[in-house]
Amino acid sequence: MDVLNALVAFLNFVFIPGLAYGAQLALGALGVTLVYSILRFSNFAHGDTMAFGAMCTILMTWWFQSIGISFGPLPTALLALPFGIAATAAFVLATDRVVYRFYRRQKASPTIVVIVSLGVMFVMNGVIRFIIGVDEQNFSDGARFVLNPQDFKVMTGLAEPLAIKTTQAVTVVTAVIVVAFLFWFLQKTRTGKSMRAFSDNEDLALLSGINPDRVVAVTWIIAAGIATIAGVLYGLDKSFKPFTYFQLLLPIFAAAIVGGLGSPIGAIAGGFVIAFSEVMVTNAWKKIVNYLVPEHMATDSLLQLLSTDYKFAVSFTILIIVLLFMPTGLFKGKSL
Amino acid sequence: MNQRSLILFALVACLYLGTGFLQSWNLSLSILNAALLATIAALGVNMQWGYAGLFSVGTMGFTALGGLAVVLVSAKPNVENWQAGGWGIVLALVLGALSVMAAIFAWRKLPKGRTRALVVAAIMVGGFFLFRAVFDPNVMAAEAINPQFAGNLGGLGLPSLVAWPVGGLLAAAVAWGVGKTALGLRSDYLAIATLGIAEITVSVIKNEDWLARGVKNIIDLPRPWPVPYEVELQQVPAFLDLVGRWGLDPVTTSTIGVKLLYAGMFGLVLAAIIWAFERALHSPWGRMMRAIRDNEVSAAAMGKDVTGRHLQVFVLGSAVIGFAGAMMTSMDGQLTPGTYNPLRFTFLVWVMVIVGGSGNNWGTVLGGLLIGWLWLVVENVGPNIMGLLTAPLPDSWLKAHLLGSAEHMRLLTMGVILLLVMRFSPRGLIPEK
Repeated sequence: MDVLNALVAFLNFVFIPGLAYGAQLALGALGVTLVYSILRFSNFAHGDTMAFGAMCTILMTWWFQSIGISFGPLPTALLALPFGIAATAAFVLATDRVVYRFYRRQKASPTIVVIVSLGVMFVMNGVIRFIIGVDEQNFSDGARFVLNPQDFKVMTGLAEPLAIKTTQAVTVVTAVIVVAFLFWFLQKTRTGKSMRAFSDNEDLALLSGINPDRVVAVTWIIAAGIATIAGVLYGLDKSFKPFTYFQLLLPIFAAAIVGGLGSPIGAIAGGFVIAFSEVMVTNAWKKIVNYLVPEHMATDSLLQLLSTDYKFAVSFTILIIVLLFMPTGLFKGKSL
Repeated sequence: MNQRSLILFALVACLYLGTGFLQSWNLSLSILNAALLATIAALGVNMQWGYAGLFSVGTMGFTALGGLAVVLVSAKPNVENWQAGGWGIVLALVLGALSVMAAIFAWRKLPKGRTRALVVAAIMVGGFFLFRAVFDPNVMAAEAINPQFAGNLGGLGLPSLVAWPVGGLLAAAVAWGVGKTALGLRSDYLAIATLGIAEITVSVIKNEDWLARGVKNIIDLPRPWPVPYEVELQQVPAFLDLVGRWGLDPVTTSTIGVKLLYAGMFGLVLAAIIWAFERALHSPWGRMMRAIRDNEVSAAAMGKDVTGRHLQVFVLGSAVIGFAGAMMTSMDGQLTPGTYNPLRFTFLVWVMVIVGGSGNNWGTVLGGLLIGWLWLVVENVGPNIMGLLTAPLPDSWLKAHLLGSAEHMRLLTMGVILLLVMRFSPRGLIPEK
């Protein structure tokens, strides 16, 4: 029995990775849910918007690195982030002007707009591959750890190391700041209130003199900003590869639907539900369990419920359970 | 078919003939066969989207299931692997299915409340552990035997043609499960659910080595009757005699002959599906489907079971896609799970349907042949065009980068085509009447 070591192993292999991944998913789902509640369609291009934002940021980061600018112990990518957001917002606004506005004016059915967003996804994917290629890119720099595993062992004298990567800490802190800012914006500012009004009842909002074009533009800018941040954080934490961003679409949508499509709080909760389930189901529990049970009961098997190759199955199963038992999600989104 | 459609079909025929005359007939026929298969899958998507307005993006998964069926039906059985763990794996799968059924039964029979939720959850969790307890050791045992060359259970060793309908059935069974949960809710939910099931299907085929060797690929699948092997054909005296009389090269003629035979078979299947569906469309059933698509509320008010009809057409469309997937694997003679990617097997098929004209079978065929040709030709021509464009540039990293990325141009091209058609001709090249 060694509760402390078990706890440290739990934190190290389950809690901290899950927290960081959950924050990335939550930000992704927030973008999806925002576009859904204001523009009223499921944006399939969101994964590629994240990849596009991350790509712009990576290019800026490389330039900064080449001229010798760095951010001390923090990743240089954080300095490049504003430029990435600006470029992505510009691209997304241009897309809206060229593509989506036509269907909005026409009041096309949501499914048509979803198919159009597939086309946008193709184009963005092509642009990304054209500019940066399909290979994996590593752009993380600065200090590797906030809490070095060796130091932790020396400090506490425990057998289990505890590591907190800089990218994990940066992810969680950034996500908290972004979410706080977004909620402040939606609740307190005039533009935020007009966005909520528009989402609640479009006709009434129009009658009371809210400018729809402005609401839509602000929504796209915010969605592009959150998508870029989510994309960069994910890329810093894991690595940047265009195709993985397409695959993130499933967990992100699952998160948004689990929370209730259209509900920002739901998106955040959904992100963490999906992330923690994924990490817990694909984690090998052998180490943690062996610390907790008496020695003669120690096990040799990995105690892994599903191999990591099936992590998408976890988001999918949760999605199916939610669809079967509460289609409006945990926080009663406005779907169904 | 009016004059306009005939002209469009003639133009597409010119594309293939042009490829044949200018490049080679071998290439032209390869493109035609790939395009025919994609067209059959596109007909399945057209049933789902064009007739019923269902937005499903799981085409890749159903195609892969068709491919899996070819392995399970027509590959040689690996007796030793079967003896090592085959029956254990089957037992585990049966136990898994039984626990799911038990859970559903408990859910239906028990009174609502916390007890019911707990019982169902307990059955599911217990069933999962039971499944893994039987499954894992047997998989280890089966995969341990002869892993370099087999390591999988193999198939039944039946003719390849039998695998085609089995592929359709397999896809239909999975589609039924997905449709049962995701239909009747918002339309986007079906899209997300099918996107998920497609990813999971492909990752199961990639990772379960006992099933179809995973990423180690299965090769040497038998050809469907009556297609001969080129090498054997080149030794048949009657063939050599015929070739000699016409003054042709036996090697080229045999490859072209085999491809023509495939094209004929796929063409027959395509014609049969179109015939059946044109009949269905002009029957009361077809009118009901269109009524449901155009106004679900009023169709429901007329007493039509909207969700039930949706499930029916979703399963039917998926079966057609599975059938096409099985034909593809049996033509390739190998199952390579790594090649299944959503852009090629899902979204390309969607572009075909939308460009051709959703809701119209002939439009879908036209779109399939046109986009199939474009997709495969852009792959070959793209780098050449980029080479011409960058010729004046000095040799630099930029030039190398541009040349290297030319192959990604087709994604961009397909996206732009999709957006342009959706914007300027949303009903497609041959609109629904």
